[in-house]
Amino acid sequence: MTFLYAAYAATWVIHIVYLGTVLSRYTKVRKEFDELKRKKI
Amino acid sequence: MSFVSSITAATLAKDIRLEWRSKDAINSMLFFALLVVVVFSFSFDPIAEESRQIAGGLIWVAFLFAAVVALNQTWARELRNQVLDAYRVSPAPANSLFLAKALGNFLFVAILEALMTPLFIVFYKLRALGPAWQLIPIAALGTWALVVNGTFFAAMSLRTRAREIMLPLLLFPISLPSILAMVRATTAILTGEESAKFWIVLLVAYDLVFTTGCLLLFETVLQAE
Amino acid sequence: MKRVFPILAILTAVLLSYAMYQGLVVAPTEKTMGDVQRIFYYHVPSAWTAFLLFAINFVASVIYLFRRNPKLDAVALVSAEVGVVFCTVVLVTGPLWARPVWGIWWTWDIRLTSTLVLWLIYVSYLMLRRFSTSGQTPVLAAALAIFGALDVPLVYFSIWYFRTQHPQPVIGGGGSIDPRMLHVLLINWLAFMCFAALVFWSRYRAEMLQREVEEMQSLEALLEPRGAL
Repeated sequence: MTFLYAAYAATWVIHIVYLGTVLSRYTKVRKEFDELKRKKI
Repeated sequence: MSFVSSITAATLAKDIRLEWRSKDAINSMLFFALLVVVVFSFSFDPIAEESRQIAGGLIWVAFLFAAVVALNQTWARELRNQVLDAYRVSPAPANSLFLAKALGNFLFVAILEALMTPLFIVFYKLRALGPAWQLIPIAALGTWALVVNGTFFAAMSLRTRAREIMLPLLLFPISLPSILAMVRATTAILTGEESAKFWIVLLVAYDLVFTTGCLLLFETVLQAE
Repeated sequence: MKRVFPILAILTAVLLSYAMYQGLVVAPTEKTMGDVQRIFYYHVPSAWTAFLLFAINFVASVIYLFRRNPKLDAVALVSAEVGVVFCTVVLVTGPLWARPVWGIWWTWDIRLTSTLVLWLIYVSYLMLRRFSTSGQTPVLAAALAIFGALDVPLVYFSIWYFRTQHPQPVIGGGGSIDPRMLHVLLINWLAFMCFAALVFWSRYRAEMLQREVEEMQSLEALLEPRGAL
């Protein structure tokens, strides 16, 4: 049943997209953090 | 009179007096009320047989529009003149300010409803098949449900970007159970097909819960804002 | 701390794969609905996880109003966000289940409808956090969270009564559940709870880092020598 696979796939798409946004924001903040740490020295 | 109620009465009287002198809001709202009814009558065929089924919903959506427009300018006057800061440092309990604002809004929206209802009755040829007197408590409870939360959320939205849209964004989701109740109760009375009792009880419960919540949390919100 | 995370992530991935296998292959096929019913093993655990996260948000918000601990505020924010994600899964898998079974994409089924309202309430909470320019956003958000939580029983009762007056098709059917299906359901729930915990932890760490960066930035701005301006 294609609806079954669509549902399972949709679930993972949603989770992966969310985790993607969390990751991209984290890397951006991490870069800023390292910048600021560098400047302090 | 206790301290709280005398301050509430004084603040409410001040708001009414200011409003009466300028008649800004009243005039525009009167015209707005008429426009809303006409737009709805154009959009939803008033002659159709099923109009009695949907009239309950239509009326409340129209009231909701009017309430949001009224609520949005709740704190506008206070903001313009730094009144909120004065209130924060005064010994007056925050609740009396809240009650005054909420009661003022209630009065205002009630007047609008009183103006729009005869128009709806005329345009939609409405006649209640159930116990019509129940429409009064339904209208009062429903309006209070919208106004009490609306006044609270209007205060929370004061320091937000896009303040005017923030109020409905916050108000509508939380109000959904009360909106369902108001609409179903009104429809029950108009069609006479079912009893509105459960919905009225739900509205009472909703009003009690959220009035208490607002009174308990307003002080916090006023200080935080 | 840092080494635990990858290990837990792998364990969770294994658990999720096992749970998916159980749901798609091992669980018995439902009599009336057929294989489509297997969506149940994703739809229901996501709902339970979302509710749990929203409950965490409520508790964190209440305690925050008393203690004003910024970590609690971060917990509230993260639990609301992850809760909305899981809630979105429920709202997407629901119609995908309803369509082949009932022929309609949406039904004012009590569970689906209450989930929709819950989703709306918490999205409005996230909007307040995003749009607020007040320095005291956490306090305002906590107040809103409490209102949202207070609303939940009212939402449930109003829709329940509405539905008994106007019966709608029920997603997932009522009544008792085959013990083998219950077993698979619980496995999936456990797997999703572990997954949610990991997502929560990651988002929480990211949030705390962001707050630290913001503090450092404002400190830097304050300490900047006047000549530079």
